[in-house]
Amino acid sequence: MTSTAKLEPVIGLEVHVQLLTNSKMFCSCKAAYTGAEPNTHVCPVCLGMPGTLPVINKKAIELTVMTALALNCSIATNSKFDRKNYPYPDLMKGYQISQFDLPITNKGWLSIEPENSGPREIGITRVHLEEDTARLIHRIDVTGDTYSLVDINRSGVPLMEIVGEPDLKSAEEARLYLTKLHTILQYLGVSTGNMDEGSFRCDANISLREKGDPLPNWKVEIKNMNSFRAVFRALEFEIERQTNLFKNNESIVQETRGWSEETGQTVSQRTKEYAHDYRYFPEPDLPPLFVEKKWVQSIESNLPELPDARRDRFIQEYNLPAYDASILTSGIETANYFEEAISGTNLKNGRLSDRAKTTANWIIGDLAHLLNNSGANIEESPIKPDHLCELLDLMDEGKISVRMAKEIFEEMYTDAKKPSLIVKERGLLQINDEEQLKSMVLEIINANPKAVEDYKKGKSNAVGFLVGQLMKETKGQANPKTANGLVKSALDQVG
Amino acid sequence: MKKTDELYEMTMSEASLMLAKKEISSVELTSSVIARIEQVESKVKGFLYINKEDAIQSAENADKRIRAGDFTPMTGIPGVIKDNMCITGVPTTCASKILENFVPPYTATAVQKLLDSGAVLIGKANMDEFAMGSSTENSAFHVTHNPWNLQKVPGGSSGGSAAIVSAGEGLFALGSDTGGSIRQPAAFCGVVGMKPTYGLVSRYGLIAFASSLDQIGPVGKSVMDSAMILNVVSGYDPMDSTSLRSLENNATDYTATIDQGVSGMKIGVIKEMFGDWVDAPVNDAVTKAVSQFEDMGATVDWDVSLPSTKYAMSAYYILAPSEASSNLARYDGVKYGYSWDGEGSMWEGMENTRGIGFGSEVKRRIFLGTYALSAGYYDAYYKKAQEVRTLIKTEFEEAFKKFDILVTPTTPSLPFELGSKTSDPLEMYRSDMCTIPANIAGIPAISLQCGFSEGLPIGLHLIGGALSEEKLLRAAYSFEQATEWHNRVPQI
Repeated sequence: MTSTAKLEPVIGLEVHVQLLTNSKMFCSCKAAYTGAEPNTHVCPVCLGMPGTLPVINKKAIELTVMTALALNCSIATNSKFDRKNYPYPDLMKGYQISQFDLPITNKGWLSIEPENSGPREIGITRVHLEEDTARLIHRIDVTGDTYSLVDINRSGVPLMEIVGEPDLKSAEEARLYLTKLHTILQYLGVSTGNMDEGSFRCDANISLREKGDPLPNWKVEIKNMNSFRAVFRALEFEIERQTNLFKNNESIVQETRGWSEETGQTVSQRTKEYAHDYRYFPEPDLPPLFVEKKWVQSIESNLPELPDARRDRFIQEYNLPAYDASILTSGIETANYFEEAISGTNLKNGRLSDRAKTTANWIIGDLAHLLNNSGANIEESPIKPDHLCELLDLMDEGKISVRMAKEIFEEMYTDAKKPSLIVKERGLLQINDEEQLKSMVLEIINANPKAVEDYKKGKSNAVGFLVGQLMKETKGQANPKTANGLVKSALDQVG
Repeated sequence: MKKTDELYEMTMSEASLMLAKKEISSVELTSSVIARIEQVESKVKGFLYINKEDAIQSAENADKRIRAGDFTPMTGIPGVIKDNMCITGVPTTCASKILENFVPPYTATAVQKLLDSGAVLIGKANMDEFAMGSSTENSAFHVTHNPWNLQKVPGGSSGGSAAIVSAGEGLFALGSDTGGSIRQPAAFCGVVGMKPTYGLVSRYGLIAFASSLDQIGPVGKSVMDSAMILNVVSGYDPMDSTSLRSLENNATDYTATIDQGVSGMKIGVIKEMFGDWVDAPVNDAVTKAVSQFEDMGATVDWDVSLPSTKYAMSAYYILAPSEASSNLARYDGVKYGYSWDGEGSMWEGMENTRGIGFGSEVKRRIFLGTYALSAGYYDAYYKKAQEVRTLIKTEFEEAFKKFDILVTPTTPSLPFELGSKTSDPLEMYRSDMCTIPANIAGIPAISLQCGFSEGLPIGLHLIGGALSEEKLLRAAYSFEQATEWHNRVPQI
């Protein structure tokens, strides 16, 4: 038996991202195909018909350069496209136009913050551009025979591949890397990032080594993972499988394995002997790609604020705790929601930083809870940021209590109404008028002599009881602070 | 102007003038050509597809345009297109069984430009399957005969195009040239054939053989005709990323300076392209042609060496098959063309479709290319061949600093007997020895008649620097005007 104590996973991720361009990579067909009738977004070029030729989509280059810059990559002035040859019915030309030895971008990094080890930079090997394949839909007919349908709408959609260095050491780090990458792409607006629809796909390479050893010369590639959770689970499974093989001194074969969501296991798909020889060679139908430095500079200067920068700004500008800022900026929609809810404030009392913290609490707490329960995204929230802002303003102005706010908030969520409207409809405005409250307090004291006796005996909870009676009387609309003060002074006078 | 008995015998330039003056109509001209086809096509067999009705209809439209004063020099001129160029609604087979029933829903840019100019298309010309061959004997459908001697090959791969123009079955043709496929058949059939600078004519809609070498070009009865065709088909095309952007809004009239002579031109004779392996009559005719240039006022260097050009053929037979192996991967029977319909798996279906659909020369080149690109062989073959390509390119660039035109024979032999080389591919490949270097370097070259032997035409091959078409055409035109070879017509 070999000791497995010093074993360390070596993980690298390859991510394929469909780019949000209007047209496909090499023709003018619409790139978005979700919901479209099969084989309607096609033309002779993306059908790979004889004699047709590719023309590069400049927008796809721009989005790739944007992504690469956000991932701290260097941009190659001179690059080229190559043909990756393999026969398959989803590949219209019998080859895929991709990039082999001269990708548009090289060598970058992305930072992750694992809880146990502090921030780490994970290397990016390259970001390159290629075309997506058609979609095969496998069916079984009534006699039990299998057949396949081809939907060519996806053929030729721009596909960006982000190849990560094998720097990740655990399934958790892989999850953090993917989440971070996904967030960055979302901030850049280069992709829908939708994993269900396949616009964000991840393959993983994983092997084990003893700590301190050089990189192993073998790896297992895992495919068919359709969610972040699947990536995490597949890697956990694979680490355990490989560790057991190590333990028993069994050799691990280089192979491609598929993740099965149903069984929670990876299954061998293809071993090294059956590996493809893609016979890459330069695409003769496209001239070398020349990316002007000036253009790259203008793209760089127009890059949007990225997640890390926004988190740091939230800490700086709003004095938010790092934890809150991280959560708020982990999705661009949440970050936007927060800033919209902040920007409309009529703040009369207190500081902006206090309001920011309150807003963060409502978003991270109550709102997230309600959204979770109904399985909705924040952009689908029935409570719009300006309504939350109005609600917090009402609290700030003392017009409603926290307890009332929580009630109103739930109604806002169900009915998507403005908080001021709910307050008006339900007559919920807080009673701050001391004169009005004072007479009510005196009535309550007269009606509860036992409580007064208790107070005299030093039982302080009598105050609470009497305030509670007042709240009951006012249907919770009495300003609790004012009520408390009035009850106390009335008791002291009686005493 | 040459006196002719029949309209089909005219050159395009002659016909163009008469059409413009309304001395003849396009319907008359086209009918004459159709009558000629009916007379000789059973012997020449240059066509894969003829549509007489459509041709007459187009001729009527052309006549309307001419009457309305809205016409070009090519309006009403009947011609043919090599069958590797797509035309909407017209069968396009590449002379391959695998595309036997393929009817494209789009038109090649070069063909569209001809249609827009008002040219009348009569049909599609035979060729070697996927333009792979030098005799048109690799056509999956039938062989084409040389109009000068029906026992001889017309050359290839654009053998149908050259034979048709030579036989008067069309006034012009478009061909494609990957290693000599326009120029070699033009030489064999005694017509003018030109391969333009790579990128001068759009390849959109031309079914690819070897993308980095393929170029569409004119086949004409005269140098002037070739210039007129080039005027129409050349130019930048946004649909072809390898077409030359510098041509955008920058149209050249290749006929404008064609008659300005060769006085002061510097001409070099590539010595590697002469020697024992060139047949004596060819050697003699080309040598005399070079002397003719001296007589016309050009200066000639008889001893120019481009040592790398002798490796052009070796490099070509790595590069062209490599690209072809990839370009032809799409013919799997799933989407269009021939599809094997036996019982079996998807993979068996694809294998049988390709096994039955492709001819043996095409398969040979797919094997060669697949091998050359394979892991472990790429550096030794493909990469090495690319290096040779760079070397050849550089040698030509250096040479064109000193010379305006370089001269070689178009082909080392006279047209050979049908069937004589089909069992020896290497011998067949040798017939493109002199033409391949221009494809490898991406530069223009033209073949025109410079003599006869045994009643068979001999081709003179002029090569120019990148985008020197005007100069090349001027030199060719000067030679043609000073000689009588182009006036001969075959008796079929």
